[in-house]
Amino acid sequence: MNYNTQLTPELREIALSIGKKAKEVGLDYFDTIFELIDYKQLNEIAAYGGFPTRYPHWRFGMDYERLSKSYTYGLSVIYEMVINNDPCYAYLLRANSMVSQKTVIAHVYGHCDFFKNNYWFSKTNRKMLDQMANHGSTIRRFIEDVGHDEVEDFLDVCLSLENLIDIYAPFNQPTKNSQGIKEEEEEVYRPDPVNKLQSKKYMDSYINPKDFIESQTKKQEDQQKKKKNFPEQPQRDVLKFLMDNAPLNSWQRRVLGIIRDESYYFAPQGQTKILNEGWATYWHSQMMTELHPLNDSEIVDYCDQHSGVVAAAPGQLNPYKLGLELLRHTKRRWDRGQFGLEYLNCDDPKKRAAWDTKAMLGDQKLFEIRRIHNDITFLDAYLDEDFCHEHKLFIYDYDRRNNKYVISDRDFGKVKAQMLNQLTNFGQPIILVKDGNFKNRNELLLEHQHEGTDLKHEFTVECLRNLFKVWRRPVHIDTIIEEGKRRVSFDGSTHSVEKL
Amino acid sequence: MDSDLNRFRKIVRGKIKKELRRFISSGDLVGRQGNKRVTIPLPRIDIPHFSFGNGEKGGVGQGEGEVGDEVGQGQPKPGEGEAGDQEGKHTLEVDVTLEELANILSEELELPNIEPKGKENIEDKKYKYSGIQRQGPESLRHFKRTYKEALRRSISSGDYDPENPIIIPVKEDRRFRSYRITHEKTANAVILYMMDVSGSMGDEQKEIVRLTAFWLDTWLSTQYKGLERRYIIHDATAREVDSDTFYKTKESGGTLISSAYKLALKLIEEQFNPSEWNIYLFHFSDGDNWSGNDTADCMKIIETNLLPISNLFAYGQVESRYGSGQFLRDLHKHFGETNEQITTCQIKDRESIMDALKVFLGKGK
Repeated sequence: MNYNTQLTPELREIALSIGKKAKEVGLDYFDTIFELIDYKQLNEIAAYGGFPTRYPHWRFGMDYERLSKSYTYGLSVIYEMVINNDPCYAYLLRANSMVSQKTVIAHVYGHCDFFKNNYWFSKTNRKMLDQMANHGSTIRRFIEDVGHDEVEDFLDVCLSLENLIDIYAPFNQPTKNSQGIKEEEEEVYRPDPVNKLQSKKYMDSYINPKDFIESQTKKQEDQQKKKKNFPEQPQRDVLKFLMDNAPLNSWQRRVLGIIRDESYYFAPQGQTKILNEGWATYWHSQMMTELHPLNDSEIVDYCDQHSGVVAAAPGQLNPYKLGLELLRHTKRRWDRGQFGLEYLNCDDPKKRAAWDTKAMLGDQKLFEIRRIHNDITFLDAYLDEDFCHEHKLFIYDYDRRNNKYVISDRDFGKVKAQMLNQLTNFGQPIILVKDGNFKNRNELLLEHQHEGTDLKHEFTVECLRNLFKVWRRPVHIDTIIEEGKRRVSFDGSTHSVEKL
Repeated sequence: MDSDLNRFRKIVRGKIKKELRRFISSGDLVGRQGNKRVTIPLPRIDIPHFSFGNGEKGGVGQGEGEVGDEVGQGQPKPGEGEAGDQEGKHTLEVDVTLEELANILSEELELPNIEPKGKENIEDKKYKYSGIQRQGPESLRHFKRTYKEALRRSISSGDYDPENPIIIPVKEDRRFRSYRITHEKTANAVILYMMDVSGSMGDEQKEIVRLTAFWLDTWLSTQYKGLERRYIIHDATAREVDSDTFYKTKESGGTLISSAYKLALKLIEEQFNPSEWNIYLFHFSDGDNWSGNDTADCMKIIETNLLPISNLFAYGQVESRYGSGQFLRDLHKHFGETNEQITTCQIKDRESIMDALKVFLGKGK
């Protein structure tokens, strides 16, 4: 970047002072480096997902165009961007007013604290900025070696499959080392039909007696049987499975690995959208109004901006608002001791509303939540009926007859179930490798765990086409289409949908 | 970023090029032209993922309302968010300038650039503000220069007081913008669209004409700066109409093609001096002329009046539900099938519009 991205002295002063205050109230963040950039640079960095040094790909160009267009037409403004890295990098928009800058700085410290302390971020690479730059140069090298079009085409394929990861994998101990599997495989592919001990021909009947041969044969058959289920357990990390087993050459395997790495890096952000934004919003609002208050002339501008952040259009859930309100709600409950069996069993609404043991455990609770929860567990644990009614949550459904979306229910249980369902697997379908040697013909069978919503069919078809480019044998996926079990297949030239 | 952006634009271009035939024959684009730009919906340019179909899917919302009330559905705002936030899910609409579109068209059809016929002596005046002068109208006063002059004068005369820096320009300080007249060579062009609206031309035939005309327009307007269009419809009589009427007039009556040619000739004589204008004549008909006498008249007008003054005389015969008419054959008989001066083409259906464009514009006239 050619421009000076340093903060102005005034802003640096503010950033330091807000940072100090944040430390005092218990936020514990990575060192945070702020950079001051103009909207063009911001759009550029935003298009690259926050990393100015990523690998070249047309998709970033597309996102950039989209962002610039919506900026030009005044449809949206990105106020801030912050990268999960040690040190954290955060970008401030040069054109923002001082009030915005202050709010954003406070907001950013909230995110940084969350990145550092939330369990779900604990396995992410904290040197991702460097890592991304390495990925970039690796892919540039491949481009020089094998050609732009070829690498880009393969990137398209990988990106199309990028969401097929197991978000819980980083937290599981590897059950089996991949080395072991390989040895086993080689064993099976030995040319000799039965594992005989070496011998001269005339000694054979002594050294390899009949019962020994039989036991060996049986052993091999068992192994063969075991091999029939390959992978033994359905595997959710489809990308890993492909890396280990698909007939790729080395640069392709590396590219697939890079895409997978980045997917895992970004996954926690999808998993903690509500909580992370809620947390950051909670702290910027605390900070701007109480802890590090704005002066009188600024407060109205702040309110205007803040209300924009937490605005909810009818029929939509704003993660900023939902997260913020649920955190506040929880703090209030724990401050007043509204928890425990006695409270939960209390049926008298008046008594419940007036319940106050002066426990003052709210802050402690909030920090506990930010340490251990992601969106699903957070909502599961703290979204209660009172909150649901207070914030007028509802579920809506598609009304086929009138061709519109209508409110279908306000029942707490249903609302919560629907919400958790929506957040499962960060909003992505769960897809597993079921069989890597399907029909014993080396075909690949995936399985979609249907949770009530069908896959988007035209995308499924396209993805299978891309999957075929990796697996190079026919590929299938079992799913449910309009309540019927179906197997969608692609054999390299045509698609088919088969009834199961 | 620039290289990624270019990469993306290239893909868009490729995509448009690939689907050009479909765009041309479906007419998707014609209704969408805004101000010099066309918005093209490009489905599936984004990377596909295994993902949930979003149609008919319920969700959780917040706000007032009874069960059964409609929910205002808007796309979630792509706004604030930290790095790696998921993108909004829209079908991508790309804006392409008409010029870009014409370029794609010409690449695909391998169209030659048009050589304007000997019009180089036509000049157009242009005013350009390029200098400063001491006299001029107040509306052209150059504030900054005036101020500078006044400042200079007051400092050199010792009037300037840094403690109380008031500058008062006097008449001599004033500076004004001055302009220069430049002469630019221009090539003006006019397209005369003539269409047969007799009983045998149905809606589908007119739609084909409309689509063809749109693409002719698109291409020719990149070649000429000031492009004028005139529309003539005819059955047994001809009249000039605006473009709306041109495409929408209901069919009626018989056909006298010569009436259109006569009107075109009259228009040209009155408004478009052939020595100043590049004149394009496009005539679309199903080829069923009323009488042989009239056809003979037509040939005569084309040969003696229209051809000498026009860049291009093109005749497109649209196949109607009564089959294809005689007029095309008559033209061929009269001028010979490979006549350089006259361009003819048979447009069977929408699919062949692209080929027709190739024929009409392929000569580079």
